[in-house]
Amino acid sequence: MDIHALQQIVHKTRDARRKQTIPKFSPADRDQLIHKHHPDFRASAYRPIRFGPNEGDRTVVELATLLEGDSPIQSHDELTPHHTTDVLVIGGGGAGCAAALHAHGAGSNAILATKLRLGDSNSVMAQGGMQISVAPEDSPVTHFIDTLKGGHMENDHDLLKVMVEEGPAIAKWLIELGVLFDRQADGNLHVKKGGGSSKPRLLTCSDYTGLEIMRVLKDEVINQKIQLLEFAAAIELLSDGEGNCTGAIFKDLDNQRHIVVAAKSVILATGGIGRLHIQGFPTSNHYGATGDGLCLSYRMGAKLAHIDTFQYHPSGAVYPEQLIGALVTEGIRSEGGHLVNAKGERFVNELDTRDVVSSSIIRECEEGRGIRTMSGRVGVWLDTPLLDAEHGPGTVEKHFPAMVMQFDRFGINISKDPVLIYPTLHYQNGGVKIDTNSETNVKNLFVAGEASGGLHGRNRLMGNSLLDLMVFGKRSGLTAAGRTGSIKQGKLTLQHLDRFRAEAKKHGNASGVISPMILPAYTRKVG
Amino acid sequence: MAQDDTNVIDQPEVMKPRMVTIEIAGKKAEVPEGITVIKAMWYAGMDVVRGVGCLGGFCGACATYYRTKDDPKVRTCLACQMAVQDGMSFTMMPPFPARKATYEIQKLQDPKQDLFNLYPEAPLCRNCNACTEACPQKIDVREGVWKAVFGDFKSVSEMFMDCVMCGMCAPVCIADIAPNLVALYVSRAQGAHFTDKPVGLDTRIKEIQDGQFDAEWNKILKMNEKELAEHCATVK
Repeated sequence: MDIHALQQIVHKTRDARRKQTIPKFSPADRDQLIHKHHPDFRASAYRPIRFGPNEGDRTVVELATLLEGDSPIQSHDELTPHHTTDVLVIGGGGAGCAAALHAHGAGSNAILATKLRLGDSNSVMAQGGMQISVAPEDSPVTHFIDTLKGGHMENDHDLLKVMVEEGPAIAKWLIELGVLFDRQADGNLHVKKGGGSSKPRLLTCSDYTGLEIMRVLKDEVINQKIQLLEFAAAIELLSDGEGNCTGAIFKDLDNQRHIVVAAKSVILATGGIGRLHIQGFPTSNHYGATGDGLCLSYRMGAKLAHIDTFQYHPSGAVYPEQLIGALVTEGIRSEGGHLVNAKGERFVNELDTRDVVSSSIIRECEEGRGIRTMSGRVGVWLDTPLLDAEHGPGTVEKHFPAMVMQFDRFGINISKDPVLIYPTLHYQNGGVKIDTNSETNVKNLFVAGEASGGLHGRNRLMGNSLLDLMVFGKRSGLTAAGRTGSIKQGKLTLQHLDRFRAEAKKHGNASGVISPMILPAYTRKVG
Repeated sequence: MAQDDTNVIDQPEVMKPRMVTIEIAGKKAEVPEGITVIKAMWYAGMDVVRGVGCLGGFCGACATYYRTKDDPKVRTCLACQMAVQDGMSFTMMPPFPARKATYEIQKLQDPKQDLFNLYPEAPLCRNCNACTEACPQKIDVREGVWKAVFGDFKSVSEMFMDCVMCGMCAPVCIADIAPNLVALYVSRAQGAHFTDKPVGLDTRIKEIQDGQFDAEWNKILKMNEKELAEHCATVK
């Protein structure tokens, strides 16, 4: 049928739906729904990791294969450093920039290396906002409780307490750098309510929060003259043979040469895994989200946490074809947008946590109440015109300019017509296990941001990622800088790799896979 | 489970993709109509390293020049956000060596005057409007440059909130202004120097420093798993 004919049911049922209140699920119903429909519980997609620090732990097949993969480096490769620095930051997104700026600000020499350009990351795409408890009726403790509930009580309490308590100071730092958060008439920060949160707590820059923060941080990294290595993909870490991390080897993607960097501390801020397309899901992630940091730290002996759980953002675009997987911001639901099935019914409280909302969308589609596209996809409607009906004409255009433009390019007016959505692979809930200084169990190896694990438990709350990046980017940068004076540059060896290879051999690893992946293979090979 | 066949969106372009002929950096290629410019490059067998970033229209890495069939007008787009059509010709924009001024944002004494020291070319705009026409985000760039020069930093910061820093406004400028960099400076100055300090934020920071939440923390962190779960359930 014509898409406009199918959309009629959304328009027709709008007024009736506006009077409805959908209660949140009880804890028991919520668990049952997730176990039945959330992709994290599809047993066939998982297998145990055969060796290494997380031997026997289950994760998705795509990730297990890469973790067990071999390094592209040979034991006899030349390790004379091309660069020597105090702090080596790997990754140019939010966490990497925050880490480099704080390390530099504390008086250390820092190098920031990234496999694409400075700033090319998921951070730049964050639309929903950043959770910080600034409202008088809110508190860091309430932020803690909300996050814990969202994470199914499995969040690391120490990490979480640090994040919520340092949030307000992060907001101040960003404002001093010139970030333009939305304000109330009295000059105070405007806060919006996010899914799974009991209080309005999202700081926003319209629907460009990540872009605005990253524009400023990138500019600041350049202003501070921090040395950059762009188009340099980390392919192996270096160790001193005594369990400490001492540097990294990069591949220059322009000329394929190796670059060896010696450092007193290494901060991995390499982001997530969306481009592994786990379970065949489309993704909202950037081109480089291939989990490189997980592979590198795993070979080094760092333990991973919660790597069996991923976040499928409820609203990824399903139509038009060009936007498949692209994110439709949760902000739409924060402002009252309904999710509507093919029968014109709501089926979930739209502001429940992401895992619950995603599971319910998958349930609707699996049980035949979805809307299908001819490319074999299926989804439910997100009633965007409802926002104009509810809050006055022009609301969608004013509050979601980025999204309006994105769909307008393909002739779709989201303030007039609902959009078709289905969960999209969005975030890696777990990652490399860290302590409150953002350090792993490998000395002088820090991990910050999405690549790290423990903070978010089994489901990250909306708006907590931007804060995570800033807080743990800062803590890793400051801790690494604090050690600069007291430690000497260690030897550069590949002993960890020899150990990893010996273990792989013992377990008969002959998969032939080389990791990290660096970039997904989208180029068509046959004509 | 059976699905009602009426709930399927018509997509003739998906059922039977029409192949179209396009030119990528001067080289002809046959690709399915309607895929994005980036996907067309992958379809044509090209490895793309430089020129791909977020794939969501936010990072500005994939700035591209294109022209449609028989139209002399060269336009700009973000390659991840633009669908190909028959007869289209495109080339990705190489990195452009625009000069970025460096500054300590906090230490600026008179940001509106400092603009002329940092970007002395900014007031030399000759009103050709090429920057506005080059902007894939539809920002009125020329107007923004003038507003910056006249000290209306607030308007500039609002107009350029959509700016993805693709830099396509810079190569076309006959006065060698890089409008995106000027606007970035202006926006940061607006945020750091001309926006009210949020009083509530300072209050909250002080409350945390003064240990105002310590009693509550102590209570919560001492709870066992069951008590904590029960406590969480009371927070709605």
